[in-house]
Amino acid sequence: MVVTKSELVETLSARQLYLTRKDVELTVKLILDEIAAALARDDRVEIRGFGSFALHHRPARTGRNPKTGEIVPVPAKRVPHFKAGKEMREQVFDGRGSEQEKG
Amino acid sequence: MNALTKAELATSVFDRIGLNKREAKELVDAFFTEIRSQLAQGNPVKLSGFGNFELRDKNQRTGRNPKTGVEIPISARRVVTFHPGQKLREQVGATENDD
Repeated sequence: MVVTKSELVETLSARQLYLTRKDVELTVKLILDEIAAALARDDRVEIRGFGSFALHHRPARTGRNPKTGEIVPVPAKRVPHFKAGKEMREQVFDGRGSEQEKG
Repeated sequence: MNALTKAELATSVFDRIGLNKREAKELVDAFFTEIRSQLAQGNPVKLSGFGNFELRDKNQRTGRNPKTGVEIPISARRVVTFHPGQKLREQVGATENDD
């Protein structure tokens, strides 16, 4: 089942009883904005136990319109990339195993 | 090059949202732990405006030790993939020529 941002805010608010839902919502928004801003500066983001975000630079290349065969220039691109950390990889891997046992 | 970490995120939350330092640190930790825990339970996480964390199941395949050339089985596994949303892609400057 897919989890959305607002569901995440609900869960966190229910758990951190001393915080208001509004504060949790603003914090989640701030965290995501700060990650985006760091990437826009081409800084890395390293969250231990979770993973890291960094920009991947793709050089300009010439592409082809597959329909017409026409050569079109594709400009250089900066693409956000996420690499799962060790704990993330292990827990997701284990999650798969436990599901198989259930099924 | 600078790297953004949980400590800096907690400082931002303290400065900008006004939680105390302990609350800020706990909430930043809980945010990432909760996403990880949902993914571990097999639930994809969609953060609108930012991106989606999805799960992909990979079948077992045969790999090769690149040094020795010896074939080794790589077991079936589930991995996390991140797909940045349009807003995030635009924010980081989709094309290099912009700057």
